Amino acid sequence: MSQATMTSAVHPGSVLGPNRLFAAGQHAGHAGHVAAYGPLRVDALGTVFIERLQESGLAGRGGAGFATWRKFAAHGRDRPVVVANGAEGEPLSCKDATLLAHAPHLVIDGLLVAGAVLSAKRLVLYAGAGSLPALASALADRPDAGAVRLVEAPDTFLAGETSAVANVLAGGPPIPLDRVTASRTRPTLVQNVETLAQVALIARYGPAWFRSAGTASDPGTRLVTVSGDVPSSQVLEVAGGAAVGDVLHVAGVGSGVSAVLVGGYHGQWVRSASAPVTPGAGVLMVLGSGRCGLVATAQITAYLAAQSARQCGPCRFGLPALADAMGRLADRDPDPGLPAELASLGALVSGRGACHHPDGTVRLVASALDAFGAETLRHLAGTCVEDES
Amino acid sequence: MSSGTVLHIDWTRCDGRGLCTELLPHRLGRDPWGYPLALDADSDPTNVPLAAADLDAARDAIRLCPMLALRLAHSTR
Repeated sequence: MSQATMTSAVHPGSVLGPNRLFAAGQHAGHAGHVAAYGPLRVDALGTVFIERLQESGLAGRGGAGFATWRKFAAHGRDRPVVVANGAEGEPLSCKDATLLAHAPHLVIDGLLVAGAVLSAKRLVLYAGAGSLPALASALADRPDAGAVRLVEAPDTFLAGETSAVANVLAGGPPIPLDRVTASRTRPTLVQNVETLAQVALIARYGPAWFRSAGTASDPGTRLVTVSGDVPSSQVLEVAGGAAVGDVLHVAGVGSGVSAVLVGGYHGQWVRSASAPVTPGAGVLMVLGSGRCGLVATAQITAYLAAQSARQCGPCRFGLPALADAMGRLADRDPDPGLPAELASLGALVSGRGACHHPDGTVRLVASALDAFGAETLRHLAGTCVEDES
Repeated sequence: MSSGTVLHIDWTRCDGRGLCTELLPHRLGRDPWGYPLALDADSDPTNVPLAAADLDAARDAIRLCPMLALRLAHSTR
C-alpha cells in the first residue's frame, strides 16, 4: 500500500472546473476570506434556505452522498447539535484536512449557516489533532464564531461515522451506536466539512450559481484526493461528474495505471478511465501497472478487519475471516473454492452490524474479485503479475 | 405473511447466546460464530420480518435475551 505517499506535499488546486473552495488562497485568514467571497449574513436566511439547498442538488461530501437538504429538513424543528465533521478517518483521503488548512473560514461559515437556519443548540467543529491549532486560530480570527466548540476526533477509521461522532459528543468512545440507540441520543446533524463549505457558497451565491458547475446529477464542484502510485499525493477541486481519467491526467498521472480504487477503503476498483470519481468521498488510489490488485486488496482488508470496533459479532469475527481468505488468495493458495468462500463470507457479514463498516469491506472485496478476474485465475494457478515487474 | 413488525437486533449488544434462535426456529438460525442469522436470506438481517404467529415467541425472546439486544420495531422497508 502506498500510504507513505500521503506524507508528501499536498497542494490545493483547481482543475476541470472553477476554483471555488480555495479562492481565498492558501492559508487564508478571515480578512482575505471576506475579501474573496464577500460578507455573509446568516440571520437573514431562515428555514426557507432549506429549499435553496434542495434546488442546489448538493449531496454530502463525506462519502454516503445523501441529499444535504433532507438532513437539514429532518432537523428543522428539534434544535440539533450541528457538527462540522472533519474526522476523515479514511487513510487515503486528505481533502478535508487540506480544506481545513486552507479554507477554514468557508467551513466555519457553513457551520454558522446551519446553526442559524436550524436554530441549533450547539455548534461543534470536529477534526483531527493536526488540524486543531489552526482551527482555534481561525475561530479566534473572526467575531462571529464564539459559539463554536472544537472537539478532537480520534485518529481511527470509524471516528467520523455519524453515530460514532454522536457517541464522542455524549462522552462515549469513538465507535458507532445501534440505530435505535442513536435515535435516542440528543438530535445531532453531522455534516462533512466540505459539505458545509459548499453550503456557505450556496448561502452567498444561490443554487443556480452552484449548479453552473458540474452535471445535473452531480452539481457543483467536489474535492478529490489522488494518491497511491503517483509522484505525489494531491488534492484537486474538480467539477461534479468528472471522469477518473481526466482527473488523473490533470494530476500528472499518465500511462502505467492498472486500476484505480474509487471511494477509498470502502470503495470500488475501476479499470475504466471514463468511470466517475464518485461514489464515495472523492478518493482515487492509483494502482500502478505491474502491481497486483489482489495483493493491495488483501492489505486493505486486513486493515479494515483490524479497524472493526469489535462491538458487533458478525463484523468482529467475519471481517478477520474475510481478510484471512483474501490473504490466502493474495498469497496464491491454489484452493479453487476461495472465490466462492469470499462471496459466502460477504453475504454472511453484509447488513449485520450497527454501522456500514462490514458492508463497505464486503463491497471492496467483491469489487476486487470483479475487477481482477484474470488476476484471480493467475493466483489460483500460482502466478502473479508482480512476478514480472 | 409479514405483519409489518420486525425483530430488531442490536448487534452492539448481541453476544450470540442463542436464546432467540431457539424461540424463533422458523425465523432465526445461527451463523458460524453463533450469532442469530435470519433464515430468509432476502430479508433485512438486522430487522427480521415477523409473522403475526411469531409475535408471542418474539416477545419472549426480547424478555429473556440476557444481553437486552432485541426489540420490536416497525418495518421501514
